[in-house]
Amino acid sequence: MTVANPLPNIQPLKPLSLDELEAPPLTLSKMAWLKFRRHKMALVGVGILVLMILYCTLGGLVFSEKFANYNDTGIALQPPSSVHPFGTDVIGRDILARTIYGGQISLLIGLIAVMLETTLGIIIGAVSGYFGGLVDSLLMRFTEAILIVPQIFLLLVMAKFFAGNIPNLTILGREFSGSVVVIIAIIGLTSWPYLARIVRAEFLTLKESEFVLAARATGSSTFDIIFRHILPNSIAPIVVSATLGVANAITLEAYISFLGLGVRPPTATWGNMLEGAYNYIDKAYWLWLFPGLLILLIVLSINFVGDGLRDALDPRSRTI
Amino acid sequence: MTILLEVKNLITRFHTPEGTVFAVNGVSFSLEEGGTLAVVGESGCGKSVTMMSLLRLIPIPPGEIVSGIVNYHGQDLLKLSENSMQSDIRGKEIAMVFQDPMTSLNPVLTIGRQLTEPLRVHLNYQPDQARKRAVDLLELVGIPDPSKRLGDYPHQFSGGMRQRVMIAMALACNPTMLIADEPTTALDVTIQAQIIELVKELRDKIGLSIIWITHDLGVVAGLAEHVIVMYAGYIVEEADVDTLYENPRHPYTLALMAALPHAERRRESRLKSIPGAPPNLLVEPSGCPFASRCEYVVEKCRLENPPLKALGNEHSMACWLDVKMGELQ
Repeated sequence: MTVANPLPNIQPLKPLSLDELEAPPLTLSKMAWLKFRRHKMALVGVGILVLMILYCTLGGLVFSEKFANYNDTGIALQPPSSVHPFGTDVIGRDILARTIYGGQISLLIGLIAVMLETTLGIIIGAVSGYFGGLVDSLLMRFTEAILIVPQIFLLLVMAKFFAGNIPNLTILGREFSGSVVVIIAIIGLTSWPYLARIVRAEFLTLKESEFVLAARATGSSTFDIIFRHILPNSIAPIVVSATLGVANAITLEAYISFLGLGVRPPTATWGNMLEGAYNYIDKAYWLWLFPGLLILLIVLSINFVGDGLRDALDPRSRTI
Repeated sequence: MTILLEVKNLITRFHTPEGTVFAVNGVSFSLEEGGTLAVVGESGCGKSVTMMSLLRLIPIPPGEIVSGIVNYHGQDLLKLSENSMQSDIRGKEIAMVFQDPMTSLNPVLTIGRQLTEPLRVHLNYQPDQARKRAVDLLELVGIPDPSKRLGDYPHQFSGGMRQRVMIAMALACNPTMLIADEPTTALDVTIQAQIIELVKELRDKIGLSIIWITHDLGVVAGLAEHVIVMYAGYIVEEADVDTLYENPRHPYTLALMAALPHAERRRESRLKSIPGAPPNLLVEPSGCPFASRCEYVVEKCRLENPPLKALGNEHSMACWLDVKMGELQ
């Protein structure tokens, strides 16, 4: 390893006196929090989200998964009671316990699908925006090609195509229907184009900035410039888009599962609990009310939080 | 004195939708080891593009380095691979400080991360090692409480302090040569003086070779040994600093000198300026580029561009006239 020469032994400049220093301004995160705090609905959203996460995690300590999947046709379609607060479904499973375990899977699908979507979107958008030219044209035409196919069709076709015989998976001692992985993959693979376009737009502006030139002049590699210098500057719209993406992924999962192409029972999700519930829409309201309400609440609260983040992280609004 | 950097006949153009911009049109100069070269001229005269071409920092396309040789330590920088440019030259051998310290630092990364990056990239420093040197560097450029300031973001620094940070970054890997692109233009006068003093001291102590781009002739006098005057992508005059101030020969240099404000000049007298603006670089140059603004212009100036000719004593200039003599040569 080369070692730089010791610094010359020269008289350092006289340190600046304290009054020459600027008063410490607010840090970025403090400013964002001040703005976020003013968004009452966003705070409500955060509150609901926290409650939902507690519901899904702590609830798992109260009921076992075995109980959630236990069926007894003798007690099918019972209305809410003290034994089964949310009632029972068509084959006599406890709906309360199933919303807890279903919530875990729905949230898991939302989060992992968004991670996949964000990773793809960032890489494609960043490469496209930074390099420009032919690479940009090819990647953007590909992105548009994905965009013009309605996502729902794409999802249904892919769900049908890949859902064949996927074995169940055992992760952390729990058994998951293999279709969970398929659903995550197809939601992630069809959702990235919007994010890619946002990231590309950010990169197009940021790559012209002085600090990128300065970084190039200090010998930073292209990889470092893309991921260490430009990407942190475009994190705000990515965070907002990813937040809203979670809500979107949960809705999409519910949609596919409702149509019977999503996650296979016995693994519960809020979406597949709705499957078949429409047959009982007037006879057994509890079949669709509780999972439906939970989907509504989580999607609504995530959207509130997303709106709050959008305002809080927007560098153009400086009002506190 | 050995020559550290020799640039020969550098030509840089930009191919834009409006046409080709003739930014640098055959520039040759050299820099001695430990020497200081000032490059002066108005905005848009190709000073920055020349220096960015040396480091191959101009965007290609639309930019194109048409021809030239940049001889640095016996290797032609224009022929080096992009990879070795990045890992062996930029920031390690030749560092650059930019004009505007407000925008040259990444707003979302801490000073510490930006300072340690060149150490990590070029010298494979471990984090704690890099941090230690970063503290030393900040101390060297006169930032109080350096170890605490490493965690701060650029917006928590004032303009002068940011430029000190930029200089610290440039010096991180002990470069042999520093290119300073108008580093004091965005700063107020007292801070300017401090930065110039700092650079001078560094030059004398570590034998840094410096190219200093500026349009401030006052800065040139205080710092440089050798000066080149650029206009429209050409070098129009070149001399050591005393010769240039005592005996400027090119009409453009004369006009620049005349435009300097003088403390003893009467208050009512207006500041002199050079009429007109630098020529449109989109037009293929023909004739002397300064002809349209020159007080001494003659017929020949519009037809043929004068070559740079030696006047002896390392002084050369590009003009058909010898202004002092006032006659066609």
